[in-house]
Parts: sequence; C-alpha cells; structure tokens
Amino acid sequence: MTGQATKVLAVIVALTAIAVIVPNTNSFVILLTTRALAFSILVMSVDVLLGYTGLPSLGQAAYLGVGAYLTAILATRYQFGLGYDFWLVVVFGILIAAVLAAVFGLLAIRASGVYFLMITLALGQCAWGLAYRWNSLTGGDNGINLRGRPKFGIDLANEVTFFFLVFGFFVVSLLLMYTLVRSPFGRSLTGIRERELRMKILGYNTWLHKYVAFIIAGGFGGLAGVLWAHTAGIVSPENVVLTTSVDALLMAVLGGAGTLVGGVIGALIVFGLREYLSTLVPWWQYVLGSVYVLTILFLPTGLMGIPERIRQRQTLSGKREDVKEIAPVTS
Amino acid sequence: MNTQFWLIQAFNGISYAALLFLVGSGLSLIFGVMRIVNLSHGSYFLLGGYVALSVIWTTGSWALSLPLAALSIAAVGLLMERIFLRPLGFDPLRQVLLTVGFAFLFQQAALDIWTGNNFDINPPEALTKTIVVGGLFLPLYRIFMIATAAAIGIGLWLIMEKTRMGAAVRATVDDAQMARGVGIDTSRISMFIFALGALLAALGGVIGGAFLGIYPGLDFEMLPIAFAVVIIGGMGSLGGAAIGALLVGLADNFGKALFPEVSYFTLYAPMALILAVKPTGLFGRE
Repeated sequence: MTGQATKVLAVIVALTAIAVIVPNTNSFVILLTTRALAFSILVMSVDVLLGYTGLPSLGQAAYLGVGAYLTAILATRYQFGLGYDFWLVVVFGILIAAVLAAVFGLLAIRASGVYFLMITLALGQCAWGLAYRWNSLTGGDNGINLRGRPKFGIDLANEVTFFFLVFGFFVVSLLLMYTLVRSPFGRSLTGIRERELRMKILGYNTWLHKYVAFIIAGGFGGLAGVLWAHTAGIVSPENVVLTTSVDALLMAVLGGAGTLVGGVIGALIVFGLREYLSTLVPWWQYVLGSVYVLTILFLPTGLMGIPERIRQRQTLSGKREDVKEIAPVTS
Repeated sequence: MNTQFWLIQAFNGISYAALLFLVGSGLSLIFGVMRIVNLSHGSYFLLGGYVALSVIWTTGSWALSLPLAALSIAAVGLLMERIFLRPLGFDPLRQVLLTVGFAFLFQQAALDIWTGNNFDINPPEALTKTIVVGGLFLPLYRIFMIATAAAIGIGLWLIMEKTRMGAAVRATVDDAQMARGVGIDTSRISMFIFALGALLAALGGVIGGAFLGIYPGLDFEMLPIAFAVVIIGGMGSLGGAAIGALLVGLADNFGKALFPEVSYFTLYAPMALILAVKPTGLFGRE
C-alpha cells in the first residue's frame, strides 16, 4: 500500500469514527463538533490558498460572513430557506461568496506573499466595516438572530440530524477540494507555490490559475457561512472580523498547511480549547496562544507533519547505523 | 454644513492622524527593515495605554507615564524580536503568524492584569483647556497631539536622513542582503527598529487613551487602521506613513460624519484600491 493510500484510509477511518462516536455523546460535544466541522470548511478553503497555492489569505472571514448574512437575512426577512429551499440558499451562499471573491480577487491576485496578506486583510476589513455599520441591512453590532433551523422531511432543529447534515457537507467539501488539489489544475497551483516564474515560463497563465483558486476558495467560504449561520443561530460582525480570518489561517497552519485534513484537526483543537477549556479555567487563552506560538516555532509543517518528522528521524538514525557498519569494511 | 463644520472636522481628522502616525510609522519601519507585518502592533498600543494607567494610579503623574509606558513596551518588543522572531531567520509568513500568536497572549494578559473594564487616561488640567482660534473652539489636548506627532516625525526624519545609524537603516530597507554585504549589522538594526516601533505604538496608546479610552479589543481595532496608514503611504517610508496617516485620519473623520453607515468602507476601500494599483503603496519602494 502506498503512502497516499494509507493516509486516505486513515482519514476515512477517522471520519467514520467521528460519525459513529459523536452522535452518541452529550449535546455539548455534538454542538462543538458541528461548529468545528462547519468552520473547518472555511479552514480548508484557506488551506487551498495557503498550502497549495502559496497565498496567505487574511480576509477569508469575508466569505464566511457574506454566506452567513445572506442566510440570516433571507431567513428572517423573507422566511426563505427554512424548507426545501434551504438547498437554494446553499447554492446562493456559494455563488454570492464566489462573486465577492471574483471581485476581491481582481484586486488581490496581483500581489503575493506579505502584500497578498495585507490586501486580503484590507478587503476583509471592508466587508467587516459594512457588516458593522450597515445597520439597516445587517443589524449592526447586534447582528441577526435566526429563529429556528430549516425543516424539510427531516427536522434540523434536532442536534444529531443537524450534525449529520454539516458532516455530510464537510465530507463532500473535503472530497471536492481533495479532487481539486490532486487534479492537473491543483498540481499547477502547487507549481505556482513552489516557483511562479518557472510556471510562467512554461506557459501557464499563473494569474488565472490563482484567480480561479481564489474564487473556488471563496465559494467554499460561502458554504461554510451558510452552515455557520444555522449552527450558531446568530450572525454578527464577530463572524467577519479580522480575528476570525486570523483563526482560520492559524488553524490551517496548526494542523499543517497543504494537507486539507490538517485544517480539521486544527479547528477541532482550537474549538475544543476555546469552548471546553474555557469552562474549566480562566486562563485558557494562554494555552491557545502558546499552542500557536509553539507550533509555529517548532512545527512549521503543523501537527500533520509530526509523523513525517518521526519517520525522517528514524530513517536518519537508521542511515547513521548503516554508515557505522559499512565503515570498517571499506577501511 | 458650514465652514465651521468642515474646519472642525478637518482639525479632528488631523489630530487623529497625529495619533495614527505614531502607530503607523513604527509598523512601517518594521516592515521596511524586517519585511514582516507586525500583527501584535495593536497590542503594543493597548499595552502602552494600560502600563500608563498603572503608572498614573501609583504615582499620579501623567508626565511620568509617557516615558515609562513607552520604554517598558519597547523592552517587550525587544525581547520578542530577540527571543522569538530572530531565531526564525528570514521567514516572513511564520514571523507574521508568530506575532498573531503573541497578540492573543497579550490580549489575555491584559485582561488578567487590568480587567475588562473601560478606562480613560486623564491628561493633566493644563492640557484639558480649550483655546479659541478665529471663532473655532480647539481642545488644547488635540493640539498637543499634533505637536507631539510632528516633533517625533521630524526627529525620526532627522535621524533617518542625517545620521549614520539612519543611513544604515535606509540601506537595510532598500536591500538587506547588500547592506549585510557592506558590513551593516542588519540583525542589530532590526532589533533596534522593532523596539522603536513598539515604543512609538505604546506612546500612541498613552496619548490616544485620553480620547479613545483603553479597553479590551482596542488592540484588534487599532491594528487594521494602522495597516491602512502604512499600506496607503507605502511600507518602509516615513513620509509615506505621515501622508497615509493624514489621509486615513481625514477619511475616517469625514466618513463617520458624512456617511456613518458605510464609514469603515470609505476607509478600507480606497486602501484596497491603492494596493491593487500599486502593491507597494503610494510612496513604497519596490
């Protein structure tokens, strides 16, 4: 069995475990996992940009925000999206976020590296500013409260049903993004990450590649937003603020950039620390901050990089022993 | 909307710009020298204000709080650069992420030490008066802010343009590798600049604390605005930071006064446009 097949199998086993174990636990764990899974769609979209294209986006919360606000506004003002039309809202949420990404991308894709980070930050702040100040549409600082989740054949107000819905969306997103990054298109994104100039010389339209990746990531951000609105039951400028974008980026790095599933691990850990540890101790944020700092200092490849590191160390020490054995013979 | 309105708004905008210059110039210099965006810059601003509060509570002296807060936060910046950022070598993305991690740590520390209450830093009586110039009532404190920022700006400019140290900093901004090649200790320069940036941000926190207040969350509110200043002006350029501060200060004030619903949009949208057209900012060097 090749390395990749082992990894895929491990992910399948882990996902099955989540699907089997979580519904049988208490409602706290179910809610926490639902939140983490919904948010990790956003984290994976960050990873497509950061890990596979080399674009550190610090404004990804804008797409989550636009999807979430769309869901909330449609549901509270027009009673739309609370039955079977929920699926239309999903489509609209993805589309509106993709359109926003298409507009933002025109401005952002020109830049790279730290400049890209800053321009996406600026664009994210534009979205936040609108959410925060456009009282008549967004409810300003108070945000919008959603009354009840959609009901179509199945009742999503039920925690377990809703968990499985989010889980389903998560698995589909993971599959789609996995297919994307392993497609020829995804490979050329990785090429751009490694060395853009060479890809240009080889005749690739690197701008268009990055632009399309940016739009796709935005679309997934919108999907995360639709799910988030129904998960949290409230949409507020908190969801669009800079720290949410920062969270998404740090979760991707914590789990391991360029691994997709790493983002889920990052999201689960951060949500776990934030929502579970915060009920136990007042100093939980020190733990969170330290986890970030230590990961960046000592684990640049993230948590998903640990097995690889251990293997490298083993092969390294193995080689050294080989050298010792061979050395006397040759001398 | 008479002349008075425009003049008062312009004056308020300029005094806010003075504060933004203090925060933005440090951020800009740090970017120029180290090629990183310091996402804990807002935390330095907030911590500066908090340290000043503690000094005022214990000694009762506002004048003493200025240097003490500035120097202690400069020390924090210096330690952070030496212990955590420097060992990462030249890896901007990781360094940037590290500064966010610290921003979270500082946030929690501030909450623990100074609680979650809102505080105001009260300047001395002499500065709370209002003077009348041509029929306009101008708070003396805002004039003091403008004067302080102008003095610091001119001082920084003189250091950068006229001293050997300044020349070394400029050389590092232009081409760090070349600067190292001709024997400039760029590691020491970045340590010095990072501490200086922290000092300026903390100073801004003390001065700004009088009319913004000091409260949790101010750090992540100040950060993007400081970014706007630096991005519009161009990273690594002092003159750019001054122009950027003026533009942002005025845009923010007039935006809030004229179009309150979209005021943040009027602030960040021009910034995104400028970046899109000229990624290095108006006065940035390639």
